[in-house]
Formats: sequence, C-alpha cells, structure tokens
Amino acid sequence: MIECHNLTKDFGTFRAVDNINLTVPAGSVLALLGANGAGKTTTVRMMTSILQPTSGTARIAGYEVSESPAEVRAHVGVLTEQHGLYERMKGMDYLMFFGRVYRIDPHETRRRASSLMEQFGLTFALDKRLGEYSKGMKQKLALVRAMLHNPPVLLLDEPTSAMDPVSAKQVRDAIIELQKESRTFLITTHNLTEAQALANKIAIIRRGRIIASGTFEELSRQFVGDPTMELRVKGELNGFAKELSDMVTVEESGVDWIRYRTAQPQNDNPNVLRQAMGHGIEVITLAPVTKTLEDIYLRVVTEDEGKTEDLS
Amino acid sequence: MTTITPPLELNTTTPPSTRKIVSNPLTDFRRVMGNALIITRREVSDSFRDWRILAPIIILTFMFPFLAQFVATQFTNYVDSFGARLIGERTVPFLLMIVGFFPISISLVIALETFVGEKERRSLEPLLSTPLTNTELYIGKTLAAMIPPLLSSFGGMGVYMLSLFFGSYQWRPEFLLVVQILILTGVQALVMVAGAVVVSSQTNSTRAANLLASFIIIPMALLIQGESIIMFMAPDAESPRGIGALWAIIIGMIVVAVLFLRVGNSIFNREELLGNIIDRLNIRGFFGKVFRYARAVDASGTPAKNIVQFYTKAIPYSLSQIRPAIKITGIVFIIAFVAGALVAMLPAYRLPLPSQDVLLSARGQLHEFVFRVEVVPMGFIIDQNIRVVILTFLLGTFSFGVMGLVIPPITLAVLGYISGTVFVAGYNPIILAGSILPHGIIELTVLLIASASSLAMGAVVTRPPKGSTVGHAWTVRLGDSIKLFIGIILPGLLIAAVIESIITPRIALWALGMM
Repeated sequence: MIECHNLTKDFGTFRAVDNINLTVPAGSVLALLGANGAGKTTTVRMMTSILQPTSGTARIAGYEVSESPAEVRAHVGVLTEQHGLYERMKGMDYLMFFGRVYRIDPHETRRRASSLMEQFGLTFALDKRLGEYSKGMKQKLALVRAMLHNPPVLLLDEPTSAMDPVSAKQVRDAIIELQKESRTFLITTHNLTEAQALANKIAIIRRGRIIASGTFEELSRQFVGDPTMELRVKGELNGFAKELSDMVTVEESGVDWIRYRTAQPQNDNPNVLRQAMGHGIEVITLAPVTKTLEDIYLRVVTEDEGKTEDLS
Repeated sequence: MTTITPPLELNTTTPPSTRKIVSNPLTDFRRVMGNALIITRREVSDSFRDWRILAPIIILTFMFPFLAQFVATQFTNYVDSFGARLIGERTVPFLLMIVGFFPISISLVIALETFVGEKERRSLEPLLSTPLTNTELYIGKTLAAMIPPLLSSFGGMGVYMLSLFFGSYQWRPEFLLVVQILILTGVQALVMVAGAVVVSSQTNSTRAANLLASFIIIPMALLIQGESIIMFMAPDAESPRGIGALWAIIIGMIVVAVLFLRVGNSIFNREELLGNIIDRLNIRGFFGKVFRYARAVDASGTPAKNIVQFYTKAIPYSLSQIRPAIKITGIVFIIAFVAGALVAMLPAYRLPLPSQDVLLSARGQLHEFVFRVEVVPMGFIIDQNIRVVILTFLLGTFSFGVMGLVIPPITLAVLGYISGTVFVAGYNPIILAGSILPHGIIELTVLLIASASSLAMGAVVTRPPKGSTVGHAWTVRLGDSIKLFIGIILPGLLIAAVIESIITPRIALWALGMM
C-alpha cells in the first residue's frame, strides 16, 4: 500500500513536488500522468527513499520513507527512467548480482530469475551480454530486476515505453496478474491508453501538484461531463433535433445524425428511440461516444492552465 | 498467456514496531563490509573486463618494473664510475616508489569513471533503489576503484624488488623502508580515490571532473617529489627504523585520507547524487544566501530586523550552533596553555628573566616607555589580531577546520610559556595578571569564538547536518562565521586593542607600584 500526505520536495527555491496526497490500496494500480518535468520522477524517488521529502510523509508497504529508508527500498521494486544496466555483464549474472544485494538465496535468485525471464520471453538471452540486448529487451530485463525480490509495491516509470506491441502486452498481462496477488503498483506513463487499461485510479500531476485524481469514470464525469450518445438514422432528421432538446442536451447534429448528452442514458435513450420511431424515423444505431483518457487529460490540463493564468 | 507464479513468498511487510533491532559494532561492521564487497566484486570484475583498464595494468605490473630495474642498474653503475655510488643506491628505493605510484594513478581514472561516469549516465539509480546504505555503496565503490591499481602497484613493486634482489644488483633494502613505501603507496591511492569522490561531487560530467582532478594529481606529484628528496637527502635514509620524515608523511596522509573519506562519505548520498544539481556557477545566488544567513536568527534564514534583534537573537543562535566546536577549542586552548607552561618549566627552554627587584627598579623607565608609545601599539595590535583571525578562517576552510585549531592555540602556548617563565622566575602573579587579564579576557574569548567558528565551518563539510547538502551546510556556516566576525570578533578585537594599549599598561604599572 502507498500513502502520501502533503508530500513536498524543494530543490533550493524550486518546488518540484507540492503537497501531494495519494492513497493506493494493496492490489490496485495508480497511473500518475503528467508532462515531462511535472514532478512524477521526484515523487517516485521520494517513495523509494532516494530523495528525502522537504515536508510531508509517505508510507510505503507500511514503512515511513524518512524513518525506515532501507526497509522501504527492500519492499519496493523500481523500474527507473534510466535502466542502469551494466553492459559487460550477462543477463543471469546481472540478476544474480541484484539477488545478492537484496540478500536472496542464490538458488532462489536463479530460480526466480529463470521464471521471470521465461515469462518475458528472454530465456534465450540469459547468457548474452547486456550490451547485445535490444532496447526492448533491456527494458524487460530492468522490469525483471524490479520484480526479482518479489516486492509488495512496484513503482514503474514508463514500463512499456521502448517495447514492441507483443512485449508491451506481456508486461501489461504481468502487471494484471501481479495485481491479483495484492501487489500495489504506481505507474508513471505518457501512454494514456495503457494507463486507462491498467489503472484502477488515475492522478494527473502538473507543476508538482496533483490537479485531478480518481477512477476513469469519476474523472470522465468531472471533467468531460455526462455521457454523449450518437444517433444515426436512415434518411433525414428534419427538425427532430429541436424536439429532442426538451429531453436531452443536444450538442451537435447533421443531416442524418445527432449527438446529445444525458445524465441518465438508461432512462433517456429508450425515450429518444420511442420518439424517433413515432416520427417514422428509421434508426440505424444509437451508441455512446467513447471518451478517452486523452480527452480527460487534455481537459484537466487545459483547465489548470487557465486557472494558473488567471492567478498570474 | 503465461501467468506468473511467484516462487518466493510475497515480500510482505513486517510492522516496524514488532521488529527487534539487535546491533553491535562488530556485526554492523561485518554487515557493512559484506554489502560493500558485493559492489566491489561486481565493479572489479567489470574493470577486468575492460581492456582499456587491463592493458595499462598489465604493462605497468610486468613491463615497467623491468625498465625501472634496468634504469636503476645502469644509473648506479654510471654514477659509480664517478665515485658517487651513494646517489645510485638511493635511486633504487626512489624508483621502487615510482614503480608503485604509476599504477595507482589509474585509481584516479577508475574513481572518476565509477563516481562521475555513473552519475553522468544516471545509471546509479537502480543501485540507489536497493536497501544498500550510502556508506556501503561508498565503501564498495572506493574499494573497487583502489583494488585493481593497488594489485598492479604491489605486483609491479614485487617484480621490481625481485629482479633487483636476484639480479646482478643484489639489492638488500632495509625492511622498514620497503614497508614505508608500500604503506605510502596504499595511502596515496586512498587519498586519490577519496579525493576523486570529493572532486566528483562538484560536477556532473567526467570532462569537468578530469579537469578538477588536477587538484589531486598535482599536489600528489609534488608530494612524490618531496618524498624523493627526502629519500635522497634524509640523514636517516639508511636507518633500519625507516626514514623519520616518511613516517611523518604517512601519518599526515592517513589524516588527510580519513578527512577525505569522511567528506566523501557525506557527499556520496542519494540526495546529492540525484538532486537536480547543475554545473552552473551562481555567484549572485551564493552571496545572496551567505548574506541572508549572516543576518539569520534561525535555521530557515529569517533575517534579524534590527541591530537589537541581531545581538539578542542572531548572534546567540550562531553561538549555539557552534557550541560543540567551542567546547573542543576550549579544551585545545587549555592544553596549549598548559603545554607552554610545562615547556617553561624545563631548564633547557627557560627564558632568563631579571629578578623582580631589577624589574621594580626599572619602573620609572617602563612608565616613560609605556606612555610615550601608547598610540602606536593600538594599530599594530588590531592589525596583528585581525590577521591571525583571517588566517585562521582561511586555513580552516581548506583544512576541514584543522588549522583553525593550530594557529590561535599558538598564542595560548606562548602565553602559557610566559606565565610559566614568570612563575619560575618568582615574580608576583599580580604583575602577570595585571599585564594580561584586562585585555586578555576579551581577546582570548574572541579568539576562542573565531577558532571555533573556523573549526565548525571546515568540519561541517565532513559531516553536514541530516537532510542538508554539503554546499548548503557550508554556506550557512559561512554566513554564521561572517555574522560572528562582524558582530563579536571585530568589535571584540577593537575593544581589546584599546584596552591593551591604554588601560593594561596602566594597570601593569599600578601592579608594579604595589610591589
């Protein structure tokens, strides 16, 4: 479990992270989204006790980052922005080295390393030097390293950024499986589709502050509004859109289509269909217009930019 | 899809409150060294996989010693033909030192690569995310930077000695001289590696670090030259107990190495390594910060609003910050005074003084002298004391505060010596008290604060307060020192000088008049 209360980090006069509050229960995934330099990496570094918070607290896997840094690091697996692989070492040697650092029995390290490498399709590369690994292979090996000591909390910085689609899916599947085992994940990413697919909760960080957080549905409702529906018909609508505006909020319409917003689609959609058929309109489709995390993200960031400009 | 079945039990949390921490120094040491050696082993084997490191090590271990042996034999034979065999003989141990020094200079390159290179590539982070402590990482990397060059160095020295021992030269060196050279080589490697860490803290690029490394290699080269002169010219160059001056250098180098290691250990922390440090000289920002802390009433740098607050809050705050240094300096002052007094007790070092009766008979002349020149000493005293204080600060800054504990205590030692001499001469103590105490109470207090401030400023680099970077801690301490200098030391010295040149002579004469 991850809990942060008013977590703040200053570098001299620059405030990199500003009073962050986050809770990620065991067995869930939080996606931390934000532009470059928004404070994601600094937040993760505080959570791994690499950087000391200027103020506030963070409790990771039951340990306070300022009081028990070694325990925190022992219970956290980190995939860092820079993988920091030793190019002259072989894959297995590299994992054995980290096994020793984490004080894992060598036999157990070997077994676990083999299992994880097999999981990520890297068994063939165990005896290859890391300098010969492709970018995606290096990324997967770094992920294996982060999981090697079986940590209850995993902090992953751009876990699939350098990977091909197949490898990225392997990693996503692994995260979903590990999540079922009550592991806690914090993922920072620019891949919003991936975040939407994996995360139970999303937090958007800008200039060191969390400007929005919640489930996808909560954020969608808060920032994009009620669900939007699209009705497509055979022939022309002939002023039907005007009639609908008493019932729902019509956003836009064309000759044979109409988009409306409704807070209660389960009640309003049947009424819309009934009315259309009453007018002899033949309905081809009535479907929700999909809102993506990208829509939400852009809306949140734009709103915050507006607020910042107003303040300044 | 293959599912991951964890082969290990989930690394679940043990509540901190239920864990019993059993610790003793030996266990802690073994744990620290055990963890450090994990790093060392990996880095050493990594170094030995790099032909750019391996090639010079092999050449310097197996080829250079034979070249040095050849030079030693040829040179000895050459100077021998002019009847100067001694010069040749003394070249042999000198070349032993050189054979050892060349490989250890590689340790500087490895250290800069290990510390700055990793910092530059940001490849340290995965290691920093492990439970290893900063000290374990530091020791591990320091040993890794030292071991390959030292192996090469000792290997090369072995080859050199064996070739001279069993070759035509039949060299039979003094055992302790060889031990001295071996120790010197090891300590010099340690100083260079520890120094490289300090240098690396000031930069994020290997290019800049290599440039800054000249601050290590040049003094080290000068030291080698000094050592070679000692080996040639020392009167005890062939003593079975080794060369005295080299023992002194060894001790000095060990002190420097320990100080560097302490500084390096405090610098080598996660915060400093991954903080957003930029290679940019911000002079304005630096002076702004110093100015702020020179007026600060607390740790956050809140400035004093007026002179009253400066003296009632800012100065007491800074004094409280250097309290441990004041205690240490006080003890050193007392030791210096007692040492000076004890020296005066030794007949060989005693200053011959006239008897008290002779002094009393010259009272009139003394009176005339004191009142004729009373204005002149004031400027001289101020100038002299300020110079001592500034020198104390400057030298303290560059010696981790050590020199701050050397210069002012000299005054105390002299004072102790004079007191001892006067006491032995049988003078009435009131004469001495009257001649020193009126201004001495202020002057010595001020000197104590200056010395302690210099010590605190130099020493903070070796152990910055928790949560503070070395740079910030030093800047704050510099601000404190300036505050104390302006607020107490300078006015104190001025007052003491006025008292010393006007009031003290009158009290001294009054004391003499009482006799």
